Formats: sequence, structure tokens, C-alpha cells
Amino acid sequence: MIAYLARRFLASALILIGVTMVTFALAFLMPADPVRQIAGRNATPETVESIRHQLGLDRPVPEQYATYLGHLAEGDLGHSYIQKTDVGQLIMSRLPATLLLMLGAIFFELAIGIPLGILAAARRGKADRAIMILAFAGVSTPQFVVGLVLLYLLAYLAGWFPMSGYGSLGHLILPALTLGIGGGGWYARILRSSLVEVLRQDYIRTARAKGLTERAVVIVHALRNALLPVVAMVGLDIGTFMGGAVVVESVYGWPGIGQLAWQAIQRLDIPIIMGVTLVAAIAIVIGNLIADLVTPLIDPRIRLR
Amino acid sequence: MGEAWKRFRRDRLALGAFAAVLLLTTVALAAPWLAPYDPAQQFFDGLTLEGAPLPPSARFWLGTDLLGRDLLSRLIYGARTSLMIGVAANSAAVALGALVGVIAGYLQGPVGFVLMRFTDLMIAFPALLLAIALAAIFAPSLWIVALVIALVNWVQVARIIYTETTGLAARDYIEATRALGAAWPRIVFRHILPHLAPTLLVWGTLGIATTVLLEATLSFLGIGVRPPTPSWGGIIYESQSYFLTAPWLVFFPGAAILLLALSFNLVGDALRDAFDPTGRGRGG
Repeated sequence: MIAYLARRFLASALILIGVTMVTFALAFLMPADPVRQIAGRNATPETVESIRHQLGLDRPVPEQYATYLGHLAEGDLGHSYIQKTDVGQLIMSRLPATLLLMLGAIFFELAIGIPLGILAAARRGKADRAIMILAFAGVSTPQFVVGLVLLYLLAYLAGWFPMSGYGSLGHLILPALTLGIGGGGWYARILRSSLVEVLRQDYIRTARAKGLTERAVVIVHALRNALLPVVAMVGLDIGTFMGGAVVVESVYGWPGIGQLAWQAIQRLDIPIIMGVTLVAAIAIVIGNLIADLVTPLIDPRIRLR
Repeated sequence: MGEAWKRFRRDRLALGAFAAVLLLTTVALAAPWLAPYDPAQQFFDGLTLEGAPLPPSARFWLGTDLLGRDLLSRLIYGARTSLMIGVAANSAAVALGALVGVIAGYLQGPVGFVLMRFTDLMIAFPALLLAIALAAIFAPSLWIVALVIALVNWVQVARIIYTETTGLAARDYIEATRALGAAWPRIVFRHILPHLAPTLLVWGTLGIATTVLLEATLSFLGIGVRPPTPSWGGIIYESQSYFLTAPWLVFFPGAAILLLALSFNLVGDALRDAFDPTGRGRGG
């Protein structure tokens, strides 16, 4: 167990170092020169050189990378030259909106996916088929189409929800539902196949032989063991949503990390792009780790190796 | 293979989806003959007197867009863009993923370790964010968009092929081939890769759905295929500001994307079941 944890943490740490190398390389790929962004168009060559020197961009690349890592170790994600703000602070200011959207999205994913998955596995036959087509349709519709259609029907025609913005529960529902419809499709499919597997096992036959109703067999006995992949999936989703939902945030004007990233990409604001990518990658690595560590708590048969 | 085809043929839903794939492919190929108008032509009578797009009518079956162009013709030509990028990007992703997975899985050792840690690293990146950043960096064209999508999407294939290859590499016939003195590239490409054909076919189909959705998303953000080329995501991007008064400009292209992605997903899923009737590999 301890050895497993140590290995798992070491692997995650290695991945994170690799991630910093890629985000660092991203800065060199960008077709924008941060020095020019600061100095403006009409700067003299001397000014340009002195800013370049101040930023440390005239030093050798390995040294720049070491400085970058040093700053990161101190929790310093850098400074946006365009917004003239600390990147860490910018991301922190977007965090509440992102966390809220994440919670809402996971709520709808589970609220849609779990009942559909149970229904499909318990009924089989025609109902199963119909539900699986529905789940596939959810997965096959781009988020922006779901978002715009919901916006048109529920916000514009029906007037039940505000068109866009942030601040009340009403603002949260449509963006969260948009994310939940796509994710719910995946959850339904995963839960169905896991339930079908569990329902084949001997202890289920015993439960049925005891004369339990099918509902009790599925909900009380089978579901608990079948939920495992769903829990793992929630762990992965936490990681994914932490990076922001660029498309949904853009459709609904939701002020989360995704919007920050998208605006930064459009302006080629390199430090913000690097910071958001790094934070998102860290969240995904941690989400993976949580998913791996939580599974044996739910199902003791799974031993950590 | 023959058995699998028989099972696939019995699946009516899969056949329906397969028919939809064929239909959309035909539409894309025959676009110049099927489209009622030139997709780039701006009709003088394609806008209201106030300059707003027209709803569906007998002259313009699906209505017109902001510039007075025929939406149906643009959708028909848009099928070309979607399918071309979908097939090209996904083939590249599957080829790259298969190559990495099969080499890492067979060679193991330091090469395998480095390759698989690299895929771990790629999985840690938020795929959409990475694709958006890359697409924004490189001036997008049809092929750049396909390349960006391929760069983001090969990882999953690499992982699956890696697992399957490690299983195959332990088999006796591979051991025997090695004993006969075959070099590793020969073993990998002649004796292992052919056994992976079903997996590659399944991912070659399912992956197209993912690719089409990603292309639509990039185009919707305005960093996909460049404007004069009709693209379904791009049509929605152009008409976003008008969509409350002209919702057909979002509904019809949206339905087209859904139809294409859903068909490829259903065909791919049915192929997976057909190759793996016990359902061992199901889920996901």
C-alpha cells in the first residue's frame, strides 16, 4: 500500500515536471514577443533590449526554465504583461465561478446519467436501446449546439432563465445542464455496462432467489458495486472541469477559468495561457490520483498494486 | 472478420447508422450536383428589406444566412469540410497512436517507458484547451485544423494498442517468430499489427465522431476552417449574434453535426460489439 502510494505520487510528480516543460515550450511557440507587447510598437531598440534584459529573456533557455520552475515552486505563476496583473490572482478570482459550474455540471451529469443507466441495465430490450441512443445523442451533440438550443428554448422563448451572466442560481442552471447533458450520456453508458456485468454475478442470483423484488436487487444489491466506474469518472471530471469549460463559458458569458483562458488565447497573453494550462493539468493529474485512490475504499476487492 | 460482419448485419440500428454514414458521404462527394445553388453566392432576394436572413421557404429550403446565401447549399458543402477533416485527422491520430502503442508495447524497456510516459503527459493536458491554443497559434487552414486535432487525439489509441500489444507479444507464436531470427520491425508490422485490425477499425470509426465534434467546436470559436469555406461549426459561429431572430441558422447545422457524429458513434459501437460478442471490452 505504502509502496503503491509512493510510486503513484512519484509518477504524478514526474508528469507534472513534464507538464511544466510543455507549458514553458508553449511560450516559445507563440507568435508573439512579450517584449514587444510591453514596449509597444514605437519603442527604441535600446528600450526593447533593456526590457528583454529585465524579463531575463536574454539568458540561456535552460536558465530561463530553471527560473520559471523556481517561481512556480514559490507559487508564483507569473505576471500578465497585457493585463498587468498577477496570473495566480487572476486564476484565483475566476475559481469560485469555475467551482460552482463544476458542481452544477457534476450534479446534472449524475442526475441524468444514473437513472438512465439503471433503467437501461434493468429493463434491457427496447427501453435499453432507446436510452442508449439517447445517451449517444447527448455525447454526439457539440456543447455549443446544446447550449444555444437551451438558451433559445428555455431562456428566450420560455423566459425561465436569464440569457447570460453570473450571480444567481438561475444563471447556473443552463450552463450546468449543458455540460450535464453531454457528460450524462457517458455516465449512463458506463453505469449500464458496469451494472450489466454485476447483475450476472452469483450473489445477485442469490438475492433474486430469496424472492427480493427486481427493484431491490438492482438498487440495493447491484448498484453499490456497479457505481465504482462512475465514481472514478467523477474524479476525472473534477480534473477536466477545473481547466474551465471554454465553450459553455463563452456561450453563457460565464466568468470562469475557461473564459480567462479563451480571452488570453485571443490576445496571445502568454503568461495567462501558461498559467491556466498548468493549473488545468495539475487538476487533471490530481483528479486521476483521486479516482485511483478512492476505488479501493468503495470496493475492497480491488487491491492497490 | 466474417463472423463479425454477420453479427453487425443483424444489428438493425447499426445498419441504419451505417446507411446514414453512406448518405452523408454521398452528399459530400456529390455536393456540386446536389446543392441547389452556389454556396458562396449572395442572393439579392436572399435577405429581407431590413437585411435580415430569410426563414425556410420554397425558394430557399432551409432559409438563408446573414449574407443572403442559401443555407442548404452551405450545409451540403459543409459536409465535405467535416468529413474531410474528420477522416484525415482521425486517420492520422489512429496511425500515430497505433505506431506509438505497438512499438512501446513490443519493445518495452527504455523506449517503451519513455513513449508511455509521454502519453501519460499528453493525457494530463486539457485536450480542448491545447487544441484551441495550437489552432490560435498557427493560422488555421483545413489541414492545420486536421493536424491539431490529430495531435490531441492520438493518445487514447496509443494506450489501448499498447495494452493489446503487450498481451500479443507474450504469445508463443511471437516467441517462435523471434526464435527464427525475425527483426522487431518485421514482427511488429507483419505479426502483431494485423491482429490489431479490429481495434483499429473500431477506433477509426468512433474517433471520427470525436474529430468532427472538435472541428465543429474550433470553427464555432472562430479558429477553425477559414470563412469562405463552408463549415457547420463556422456557420453557427457567423450567425451567433443573430440566432434569436434566425434560430434556423443554429438548428440546421447543429442537427447536421449531431447526425454525422451520432452515426459514426453508433457504427463504431456496433463494430466493437460485433468483434467482441462476449462484451468483455464493453463500456467507456
